[in-house]
Amino acid sequence: MSPSVPLQEMIRAIRSARTQCEERGVIQRECAAIRAQFRQTDNGGRSHNLAKLLYVHMLGYPAHFGQMECVRMIASPRYSEKRVGYLGAMMLLDEKQDASLLITNSIKNDLSHSNQYVQSLALCTLACMGSAEMCRDLAPEIDRLLRSSNSYIKKKAALCAVHIVRKVHDLGELFVPSARSLLSEKNHGVLHGAVVLITELCERSPETLERFRKTVPDLVQIMKGLVISGYSPDHDVAGVSDPFLQVRILRLLRILGRNNEAASDAMNDLLAQVATNTDSTKTVGNAVLYETVLTVLDIKSESGLRVLAVNILGRFLLNNDRNIRYIAMTSLQKIVSTDHNAVQRHRGTIVDCLKDQDASVKRRALELSLALVSASNIRSMMKELLIFLSSCPPELRAQAASGIFNAAERYAPSKRWHIDTILHVLTTAGGDVRDETVPNLIQLITNTSELHCYTVHKLYRALFTDISQQPLVQVACWCIGEYGDLLLKGECQETEAVQVTEDDVLDALEIVLQSHMSTPTTRGFALTATMKLSTRITDNVDRIRSIVSIYGSCIDVELQQRAVEYNALFKKYDHMRAAVLERMPVIQKNSLGQTNGELSEEPMKESQPGKVKQEETALPPQPAGQVVDLLDLLGGSQEPLQPGSSVGGSASTQLTAAPSSAGGDLLDLLGGFEPTPLAPAPTVTVYEKNGVTLTLSCEQQSESGLTVTLTASNSTDSDISGFTLQAAVPKSVQLQMRAPSRDSLPAHGGAKLTQLVVLNNPNKVNLKMRIRVSYTCQGSVVQDMVQVDSFPGL
Amino acid sequence: MHVINCDSHTPSTRCAGLRFLLLFNRQGKLRLQKWFVPTSDRERKKVIRDMIMLVLPRQPRTCNFLRWKDLKIVYKRYASLYFCAGLEEQDNELLALEVLHRYVELLDKYFGNVCELDIIFNFEKAYFILDEFLMGGEVLETSKFAVNVSMEQADTLQEHHPYG
Repeated sequence: MSPSVPLQEMIRAIRSARTQCEERGVIQRECAAIRAQFRQTDNGGRSHNLAKLLYVHMLGYPAHFGQMECVRMIASPRYSEKRVGYLGAMMLLDEKQDASLLITNSIKNDLSHSNQYVQSLALCTLACMGSAEMCRDLAPEIDRLLRSSNSYIKKKAALCAVHIVRKVHDLGELFVPSARSLLSEKNHGVLHGAVVLITELCERSPETLERFRKTVPDLVQIMKGLVISGYSPDHDVAGVSDPFLQVRILRLLRILGRNNEAASDAMNDLLAQVATNTDSTKTVGNAVLYETVLTVLDIKSESGLRVLAVNILGRFLLNNDRNIRYIAMTSLQKIVSTDHNAVQRHRGTIVDCLKDQDASVKRRALELSLALVSASNIRSMMKELLIFLSSCPPELRAQAASGIFNAAERYAPSKRWHIDTILHVLTTAGGDVRDETVPNLIQLITNTSELHCYTVHKLYRALFTDISQQPLVQVACWCIGEYGDLLLKGECQETEAVQVTEDDVLDALEIVLQSHMSTPTTRGFALTATMKLSTRITDNVDRIRSIVSIYGSCIDVELQQRAVEYNALFKKYDHMRAAVLERMPVIQKNSLGQTNGELSEEPMKESQPGKVKQEETALPPQPAGQVVDLLDLLGGSQEPLQPGSSVGGSASTQLTAAPSSAGGDLLDLLGGFEPTPLAPAPTVTVYEKNGVTLTLSCEQQSESGLTVTLTASNSTDSDISGFTLQAAVPKSVQLQMRAPSRDSLPAHGGAKLTQLVVLNNPNKVNLKMRIRVSYTCQGSVVQDMVQVDSFPGL
Repeated sequence: MHVINCDSHTPSTRCAGLRFLLLFNRQGKLRLQKWFVPTSDRERKKVIRDMIMLVLPRQPRTCNFLRWKDLKIVYKRYASLYFCAGLEEQDNELLALEVLHRYVELLDKYFGNVCELDIIFNFEKAYFILDEFLMGGEVLETSKFAVNVSMEQADTLQEHHPYG
């Protein structure tokens, strides 16, 4: 069979070009020649020219000027030209090209050509790039060809039909009868095409799937024939008879048996037979076994069969072939939640795969290992995972770190273990952890008061080992700031204590502040920590003062602001400094990350017994109107602040609230205020003091939605300006404050101010609201707080 | 000229079959590209670039399976050529390896001890053989012999009876 000489000459010429530039030159010349040839009328070399162009196209050069030539060639009566023309169409045209429409007619004609090879070209091209329009147009013709007596045509028509169904789902209905009858074919090519077509039809339409369930016995028969038949030279691949067909049938069985007991029963024996009889020494056998396992696990198979399937996967895990191991882990990943115990049995092998050389295998092993962590194996698994983390490829580190954190959080056997684990991860892979790791860790440390000393010692030491891991440095700074006094005490139960002086500790923080590796966030942490130490150390407060004042002119705005405010704390508010910088209370999980405009409500727990005043702020005192002021926390909605005492210490209207409880109750510090109790009325006065009155009315909007209207008025002789209201509600209630109608209250009740508060109380908790009133009158700022425990009309 | 109303590409609803098959050598030169779903020129170039970048650096005895976007990638090296296929999520990777192997066998039978040069100088034949083996991303003919017979007959037709 003679190759195309002109084509081969051109290829040789291109290949002998020594540089890219030379190659481009050759190609330009050739393309020019080809273009010229295209313009000429029919000559003997048309197919050669198009072939040349297609070669050039494959090298990456533009070839769109050949599109019309493809169209012309396809219409040619010569087979050689049609062949190359159709090839060109498949390479150069897609449904988006205008030219593709033009070949529809040729395809239509060629589908009924007397020669099967011409028909085949048309079928192939239609299946490759047929647009939805073409598919609609030619579907009936394809269906006709499905009933032809020619196997060669039938098998191609079947896959062409698959393409049509993928393109235009509705046309599936058309092919159902033919597809059904094709199942009785003997020709493997046709049978395979039929199975693929039926699979596609069933995937697209549940009704069609129902109808095809009846074919399960036929499919089982065909499979049986393949599995137990003797050697068939035509289809044998390393001892497996037609693995392509087997896999496709198994896949169809999977779809038909899913969620259907009867169908699953009907295929049970066959699946067991395939699972046990298929030779697993070569890839091809394993391909069939793999598909079998997937099918068994997806249908309603009996437990014995399921165990068999998982065991096959277990065997795969031990296979020398990496591909097989990879496949096994992918499959085990899919069933780890449903068949957890079965997969746990293979945990050892899976963990070993963490050490595999291959990155794909490692990744799979990591995912699977993380899924297999449980309370009983947490310690041993974590050891392995941490070893893995220290040597794992960089692209897996973030995933490994976050997986380890999740596992640690869920199954930590002890707090110390938990803290140690997180610290270990931060030292090993600090750069790859997520942002919320730092606040999460801080929260964990705060809540583990018994380990404060241990933690601060560990972190202090860690700081000196590596100052580059930002999350670690941030947490270390925070701890040193909070618990620096424990560090200075020089004794520790859990670990060897350090002997440091105040200067040493301040040195450490200054190193962080000045290090070029510290990010602005880290510097912020270090500065605040330094500031906090001013109340925890005795001798070097001046040093802190000077550090703080230096940063008052820092270029970084965030640092500058902090420094300036800390300076202010030293100068103007020195009397508050001790209170402001005291030990942090225990933080609740979802209290971190507040949004503007909503005050958080977190139940306050006493972290140190005996501490009465809990006025802390994490940030320096902010001007009125700012949020995230811990003073605004609502005392526990579900649980009382003090054992036994009720929350409503102050404002209470109709309900008989318990009188203000003894000292230690947050509410008392804020000066509980008893408003005048009113008879039940839609509007109730919740605050009245110094001539300023605040009334509240509410309206139920929906099952859980409620709008509260607050109205303020001023009966004094002077105008009030800068009037703002802030509100806080229990944890599970969502709150949204609308803009107030005005922000000033003229004297003598000249105008009222109203503000709408929209609430959503999905859990139907006891609704309470704490409102902070703030305004300026006669030049001085007045701030007050009132708590509303019951709402009129509710 | 009326505007052609094309369906948008829906590769995501496709549940089975190859999306593409690429052959390239160690220098990253493309020797064959077959696309089983509509893919624009720019997308094709991107996929080819990505595949070459993913596959060429792979060490000899590593896993033949990769993940790339929402596809599974199966590749195998035969002498100087990499055969690289993109599969849908549900497809059987081990079988895909068999598909690649079968294609190599078919080429080998047709060309007689096939090498890269055969595929360079007779690329159309490589496509014709592929089109007798796969269609629409699915296996068309599972018998080696049948494919070879079809190729012989089609070639004969081209030689002796050009008008069909």
